Amino acid sequence: MGSYILKRLLSAIPVLLGITIIVFAIMAMIPGDPATAILGSYATPENVEKLNRDLGLDKPAAARYFIWLGNMLTGDFGQSFALNRPVIHEVLERFSATLVLAGTAFVLCCFFGILAGVVSASRQYGLADKAITFAVLLGISIPSFFLGMMMILLFAVSLKWLPVSGMYAIYGGGDLWDLLKHLAMPATALAVVATGVIARLSRSAMLEVLRQDFIRTARAKGVSEHRVIWGHALRAAMVSIIPVLGIQAGFVLSGAVYIEIVFQWPGVGRMLVDAILKRDILLVQGGVVLVAACYVIFNIMVDVAQSLLDPRIKT
Amino acid sequence: MRLFLRLLARNRLALAGAVVLGFVVLLVLMTPVLPLAEPNITNTADRFQRPFTPGHLLGTDHLGRDLLSRLLWGTRLSLAVGFSAAVIAATIGAAIGIVAGYFGGRTDNLIMRGVDMLMAFPYILLALAIVAALGPGLMNALIAVAAVNVPFFARNIRGITVGIAHKEFVDAAKLSGMGHGRIILSEILPNVLPVIVIAMSTTVGWMILETAGLSFLGLGSQPPQADLGSMLGEARAALITSPHTSVVPGVMILIIVMSINLLGDGVRDALDPRLRSGALTRPMAATLVDRDSVPEPSGDGILTLDGIETQFHVGDRIYRAVGGVSLSVGPGECLGLIGESGSGKSVTALSIMGLVASPPGVITGGAARYRGRDLIGMPYRELRRLRGDRIAYIFQDPLATLHPLYRVGDQLAEAIRCHHAIGRAEAHDRAIELLKSVRIPNPESRARSYPHEMSGGMRQRVGIAMALANDPDVIIADEPTTALDVTVQAQILSLLNDLRRDRGLAIVFITHDFGVVAQLCDRVAVMYAGRIVEEGPTAEILARPAHPYTSRLIDCVPELGGGRRELAAIPGLPPSVDDLPAGCAFAPRCDKKQSSCAVGEVALKPRDGRAVRCLYPDWRPA
Ligand code: SF4
Repeated sequence: MGSYILKRLLSAIPVLLGITIIVFAIMAMIPGDPATAILGSYATPENVEKLNRDLGLDKPAAARYFIWLGNMLTGDFGQSFALNRPVIHEVLERFSATLVLAGTAFVLCCFFGILAGVVSASRQYGLADKAITFAVLLGISIPSFFLGMMMILLFAVSLKWLPVSGMYAIYGGGDLWDLLKHLAMPATALAVVATGVIARLSRSAMLEVLRQDFIRTARAKGVSEHRVIWGHALRAAMVSIIPVLGIQAGFVLSGAVYIEIVFQWPGVGRMLVDAILKRDILLVQGGVVLVAACYVIFNIMVDVAQSLLDPRIKT
Repeated sequence: MRLFLRLLARNRLALAGAVVLGFVVLLVLMTPVLPLAEPNITNTADRFQRPFTPGHLLGTDHLGRDLLSRLLWGTRLSLAVGFSAAVIAATIGAAIGIVAGYFGGRTDNLIMRGVDMLMAFPYILLALAIVAALGPGLMNALIAVAAVNVPFFARNIRGITVGIAHKEFVDAAKLSGMGHGRIILSEILPNVLPVIVIAMSTTVGWMILETAGLSFLGLGSQPPQADLGSMLGEARAALITSPHTSVVPGVMILIIVMSINLLGDGVRDALDPRLRSGALTRPMAATLVDRDSVPEPSGDGILTLDGIETQFHVGDRIYRAVGGVSLSVGPGECLGLIGESGSGKSVTALSIMGLVASPPGVITGGAARYRGRDLIGMPYRELRRLRGDRIAYIFQDPLATLHPLYRVGDQLAEAIRCHHAIGRAEAHDRAIELLKSVRIPNPESRARSYPHEMSGGMRQRVGIAMALANDPDVIIADEPTTALDVTVQAQILSLLNDLRRDRGLAIVFITHDFGVVAQLCDRVAVMYAGRIVEEGPTAEILARPAHPYTSRLIDCVPELGGGRRELAAIPGLPPSVDDLPAGCAFAPRCDKKQSSCAVGEVALKPRDGRAVRCLYPDWRPA
């Protein structure tokens, strides 16, 4: 098992390198030069040239890439000019807020998605199945940012149950309960789409498994229907559900950008959008690379979980 | 294509989606000629008018612009951008996928590496990076959304292309000297087109959402032009005071995406043949029973079947898989049930404990009595208590019938714990004993194996051990040796034989092989087209078969006790059970048939402890 994890981690290195190349290549397409963007259009040509030299922008792209990569390997992601602080600090701080949000949403969507899928499959064509199928359709069709706005109207403005936005109350607060209250709406809004997708997939995976011969064997043994569904069938269905969980984690992370904007959540997505609008390139690069790297690592964890679940996978 | 449209139309939800989407598309096509206010004319005096104010059906926004007009123009833009993105992504993605899949080798490797890398991004990061590079704007958002979806198409299409690229017709085209380009266009593309359409129909909704999202973030369409996303984005500032400005575009996105999704599901179902047949129905815990009357008990065995009838209801068609089978076995007795595949022997066996997959299976008549209690239509709770405890099954092909992800020891222990409240450790010890009793070497370490780690013979022994777990009275063995080689088969048969001697088991042994019957069974029942055509003591039937079908079956056996045998040597095929001929079902293949054979039912007539369903049986003197 240990060697398998190591092998997967090693195989992630070229992927991570590829990610840095892609990010760098996209950013190199930017028309005009960043120095002008930083200094504004009133800057003198000399100042622009000096800054370009300071930033290493007078060098060819390949050289710039390796400098950037080398710096990143030593933990130096550069300086955000708009915020005037190291990129790494800003990204890590924001990313932890995103992790709280996206992590909660991910747990929610896994739990409710699988639950809904299994219930739906085990009562195929029944009332519960139809209700869930409809809810799922609604869930995957609604834009999460619109859902979030409607939730604010209902739960924060009309019912006044939950705070409108932010991560903590500005005065007082700061404890776990405060966080949970602030988290409830954004995490739910973020989880809805992925829940729908997972529910759909779990349903079809369960239907596929329930027709297998080993399910008949379990029934022939006299295993109770409850255990047939939640034990034998779900265990086997997880083999095809888990890879989708990995993909959905990416969607949850992506959706977090919108939700962070709607709920003023101080996460990395909002940071990236701001950075893009301000053309804060190093911040965009660093943020994208770090988040993508986390996602790659997460997917390795998914693979490892998969190999633990399915003894047929050669480790 | 006609079939496709018909299937699509039959799906009511897809049809509803198509109608709604069609209506929206029609509306936006007509937008330029509709009598609407100018979408971009601001009138700050009329800000935030509520819906249904005169002149503004849906009210106005924060700059006093008419919402209805902006909604329609915005929808127009969103739809155009979403569909363009889908078409661009599909075209580029499919091209990449086809090239990778068709050429294979290094090209494939290189391309797919790149695709995997792009897929390692959460899609929004890539889209944001692209917009960051190109600058905000609707066109750039379109490019970004198309770009992030290219890998998805490339990967899907490549998978399909790889499958096609090695088909004979492609090889033939290559041999005939066609160029790669022409082969791709004339042979590959038509075959992957349905997949492209499915992928597009299931992603176009997403793409509309994604472009709306980028606009919502202020990275897409720039003011004063607005698509649905940027309308929502602008309205967000006034969410609390004037919610209608948010609700209007939001609901529109929901309607569009939902109808596209409905339609997309319909397209997928209509194009995907696996789903089309309705194959994905789940079998219920016990077979449906729908019978008018319960027949009187006939036999006096420990297990007695009286006129079991089982049908499969698929769509409008009814397949009579089992048409009234009566059998009886006593303790220590082994009854062989023999027939070609499709003769209904397995369905008969599965009907006993309600294990026929249902839907589509329905037991429509007869009774199956265990010690006088009717198992058919017994409440599920009672039936479950008997399953595996008093009546146990051994199935063919234990690789498929054992759970692939549980250790065999645990599967055995579970069989015991289903029926006996004993602890884990005790059940485990019992499981090891069971493995020992079916002569598995090293039972302790074997118990920790997974089914795929064992040989076929070992797996079948596990299957038998599982059947024995609760010391049942009856074992129903459904072709337990078919997948095994001759020596292992002989071992398994002798094991079963010993078990029935030692434990007084009643065995119903299902097979297509008279050689196996000869080794193990006291009596044998021959099935054809869902019915028993001959029954009697094994030795007598083997020596003097009375039914023409039985004698053919026996002729197929080259030498009793020899290797594996197939029944293919009988000319003709068994009749399809949804279309049985009138009269004798065997008549089309029978060389002794007379004209009277096709008239009316042929009854199963008993004689001297045997029975035969034939008008001209071959009764030879002993
Ligand atoms: S009834 Fe007639 S057709 Fe049928 S098996 Fe007997 S002889 Fe052949």
